[in-house]
Amino acid sequence: MAHESTYQPNTAIERWLDDRLPIVRIMHDQFQTFPTPRNLNYWWTFGGILTFCLAVQLITGIVLAMHYIPSDKLAFDSVEHIMRDVNWGWLLRYTHAVGASMFFFAAYVHMFRGLYYGSYKAPREILWILGVLIILVMIATAFMGYSLVWGQMSFWAVTVITNLFSSLDSIISGLGTAIVQWIWGGYSVSGATLTRLFSLHYLFPFVIAGLVVLHIWALHVPGNNNPTGIEVKSSSDAIPFHPYYTVKDAYALALFAMLFAWFVFYAPNYLGHPDNYIPANPLQTPPHIVPEWYFLPFYAILRAIPSKLMGVTAMFAAIFVLFLAPWLDTSKVRSTKYRPIYKWFFWLFVITCLALGYLGAKPPEGWYLVFARVFTFLYFAHFLIIMPIVGVIERPRGMPGSITEAVLGRGRTGGGAGAEAGGAAAAGPETR
Amino acid sequence: MASHTMTESEEPTRRDFLFIASGAFAAVGGAAALWPLIDQMNPDASSKALASLEVDLRPVREGQAITVMWRGKPVFIRNRTGEEIEAARAVDLNDLPDPIARNANLPEDAPATDENRARDKAHERWLVVIGICTHLGCIPKGQRVGDARGDYGGWFCPCHGSHYDTAGRIRKGPAPRNLDVPPYQFVSDTKIKIG
Repeated sequence: MAHESTYQPNTAIERWLDDRLPIVRIMHDQFQTFPTPRNLNYWWTFGGILTFCLAVQLITGIVLAMHYIPSDKLAFDSVEHIMRDVNWGWLLRYTHAVGASMFFFAAYVHMFRGLYYGSYKAPREILWILGVLIILVMIATAFMGYSLVWGQMSFWAVTVITNLFSSLDSIISGLGTAIVQWIWGGYSVSGATLTRLFSLHYLFPFVIAGLVVLHIWALHVPGNNNPTGIEVKSSSDAIPFHPYYTVKDAYALALFAMLFAWFVFYAPNYLGHPDNYIPANPLQTPPHIVPEWYFLPFYAILRAIPSKLMGVTAMFAAIFVLFLAPWLDTSKVRSTKYRPIYKWFFWLFVITCLALGYLGAKPPEGWYLVFARVFTFLYFAHFLIIMPIVGVIERPRGMPGSITEAVLGRGRTGGGAGAEAGGAAAAGPETR
Repeated sequence: MASHTMTESEEPTRRDFLFIASGAFAAVGGAAALWPLIDQMNPDASSKALASLEVDLRPVREGQAITVMWRGKPVFIRNRTGEEIEAARAVDLNDLPDPIARNANLPEDAPATDENRARDKAHERWLVVIGICTHLGCIPKGQRVGDARGDYGGWFCPCHGSHYDTAGRIRKGPAPRNLDVPPYQFVSDTKIKIG
């Protein structure tokens, strides 16, 4: 949110720096005095948690790369070498592996938060789109990182997922095969494939870091959404980011870190698949190829559709449909709190995603397949049918006049000088 | 620039020419510089060098199958029994999900008859196919004694449930194509050269 800079350089050296590179001013204005809605709940702490997760993955990853050998002959052994011989190697690797799961857990909570409170709606569409781009690059990064272990699940996950591109053969003959061989650097998944996956796995987290900077920038233009979905209108609606939200974020982060540590120390392999402790064997497919838990809903969608090309298309569409959410949702009210009909559909959507996750781990046959198809339909229906229609037919509940009123009740509102920035943008959500 | 008169903009100037020429030069140069960066990912000379392989068929008895590695992929070689050949021949081509032979040794549109899946009439009992499921690249079961061979007695892919018959043709399940027949020839009656 654009606000007057309150930074006061007190010493000569601060003034000297501020005239040349106002970096201290930016940090002060954006992360210290930044006006933040006073009513943010704990669902808003996941942004900070996600930044922590990215930092953990970058630091442990860079350290692990000092010991890992990206070669089809040595990769598996070098991972065991990290586990057994490298000082603290077991801790670093388990933190990195569990960290991927924690990262996705936090990202999914963050996304459901955005969907529930309408954080994707105007004027935050770019913020939302950048978030979807981040999850896309996260998916690619996690997939490539999983392959580096070069166990049976690694190898066959790479085989199955890279083969998805061969479905393009049914559009232009030979195109899919050419793309797949280009990705492999050979006629099958091989050492050449492993080295390029390693190279890109090292690169992509920095792409994510760049996108995160843009994401925060896009957040700081309109400012935070909040549980009411009403824009900040007066100074009494907002409080400075520090110390109020730095403390709240730190408290939530501490709880999150306890969950993280519990997995690292007590159940480091609980979220993984035991078959990945078998070295990759190109001549033997494991009986059930199952991706990591955070990909299961997408895997269920892939397998729910009988045609290979359509299955692949649907799986990618499941992510791409998120880009369109700001325009598919026709409701003028942001927060689902004030949307009596949509509220039910939101929770149906949460159940749909969880059900697809469950079904993605089951063999695609019998009732599992039937339900996978039903929930795949519901997943897309939520965006393409529910969001446009419910927004039009629904009569929203009465909304408070301002964030302050929502927190303190009537009569205490309007501490400041009336509408500040964003007053016009909030015209929609205010309609009673 | 918008205030320029029509007469001036109609006649291309020396500057216009230089602008377009340098832009085109930079575009072509950029594309040319990009190509090595893209093409370096394609299969390299050492993987192409492993292109051909000779296999001695003498140890493979009737009803047995062996797997060899060619270009990093498993190749299934099966010495089929009379019944297996009969079963494959009895199938109506209209019942096949993929009616194309997928035999690298035949024209691209050859129909998927059992004859077209083997190399030639004299060696019809030998079936040589790439042992990679055409769905998502798993290795189908059915090579070893005791393996599940699916509903049609050929191969069965455990990943997503594709069934192949005794001619390696897809019969049931999500796979779109028959198992590919690699380029190969009989060097002698008991030896083949793949690739």
